[in-house]
Amino acid sequence: MIARHRTRAIAGLAFAALTAASSIVLAQPEDDPVAEYRAMMGDDNPAEFWVMRGEALWSEPRGPASVSLEQCDLGMGPGVVKGAYAHLPRYFADAGQVMDLETRLLHCMVTLQGIPRKEALKQRFGDGARESDFEALAAFVAEESRGQVLDVPLDNPAMEKAYALGKEMFFYRAGTHDFSCATCHGQTGMRIRLQQLPNISEAEGARAAYSGWPAYRVSQGEVRTMQWRLQDCFRQQRLPQLDFGSQASIALTTYIAHNANGAVMDAPGMKR
Amino acid sequence: MGNPMRIRAKLDGEVVDAKVLMNHAMETGQRKDASGALVPAHYITKVIASCNGKTVLEADWGPSVSKNPLLGFRFRGAAAGDTLSVTWTDSMNDTRTDEAVIG
Ligand code: HEC
Repeated sequence: MIARHRTRAIAGLAFAALTAASSIVLAQPEDDPVAEYRAMMGDDNPAEFWVMRGEALWSEPRGPASVSLEQCDLGMGPGVVKGAYAHLPRYFADAGQVMDLETRLLHCMVTLQGIPRKEALKQRFGDGARESDFEALAAFVAEESRGQVLDVPLDNPAMEKAYALGKEMFFYRAGTHDFSCATCHGQTGMRIRLQQLPNISEAEGARAAYSGWPAYRVSQGEVRTMQWRLQDCFRQQRLPQLDFGSQASIALTTYIAHNANGAVMDAPGMKR
Repeated sequence: MGNPMRIRAKLDGEVVDAKVLMNHAMETGQRKDASGALVPAHYITKVIASCNGKTVLEADWGPSVSKNPLLGFRFRGAAAGDTLSVTWTDSMNDTRTDEAVIG
């Protein structure tokens, strides 16, 4: 595969040299090696293995209560998974707050399965030694919304508040480098190293940024969730640790998701 | 035992286009865990694909192949409806075989 890739890259360069005038346009695919990598992988995404595991976890009786998550209400009624992710985050009356997918899964593990919150959070992110149930379950739930149109309306005061808080945080400069999210994600067509960073304050960029999460991260060989993505950007911003399922994390997700409304969901995707 | 692979094999004219997605940690033996201890090597060492009793691909792999690798290859001499069988063996002597019908 690598050999094939190289051949194509060399052919592209030769062509660019012959037609100097159009070389800028031709060079563009070379500028986005992640997109090229994704194209080479085609329909094959290792995230599929997480989807399979998540599907099994969903219906397996677990925790002190020994019940499955099949009565978990992701917003469309107990047990309804199809399409649920395309309408998250949303306000949940039973919890009295806005929740994103991961927070809602945590809520169901705690309230239905009786797993202590602290215990459940131990495996919020997987590594070589420990698999994360969240990453598998999130991959499964997201897969069940593939192709659906994202629709996250600000249809009640709690959603409006979450969005406003998320927006404020997005533009709030802080930390040793005086960065805000907008410092890195508020301009169109810019990049850091090889990563083209989407402008999340606009619909197009937000859609590109949001619709593929959760995602298989090739550099880590793991499926990661939006909660993971945000806490890693907090780290890049040199902010204190962002707690999984915190109000701040949900508000930011609500901000991004609402901006991304209209996106065709394509998760689990594949990221660098 | 290992985890199941996902195999897709499509006939394109006379050539079968095969794609095998494998579920494997592919630990190099050089990575350290959070406590600083080396994570033991665990990677696929051999891949054999066969069709109609004939080996169509044999590969020696090592630790430089990625985690959850995707193997793509093309071969001739098969018809739609034939079965493609893929087996890997790893450095811990684990092995796994999966099959797919060529479509
Ligand atoms: C110092 C620069 C920087 C800051 C500040 C930053 N990010 Fe990021 N962000 C990145 C980089 C780099 C990536 C892509 C990483 C990669 O592909 O490896 C990224 C990726 C993302 C993505 C996924 C984009 C995609 O296309 O998949 C989201 C969503 C995101 N950041 C949100 C945020 C939010 C919200 C904040 C503020 C809390 C923030 N980021 C702050 C650098 C930053």
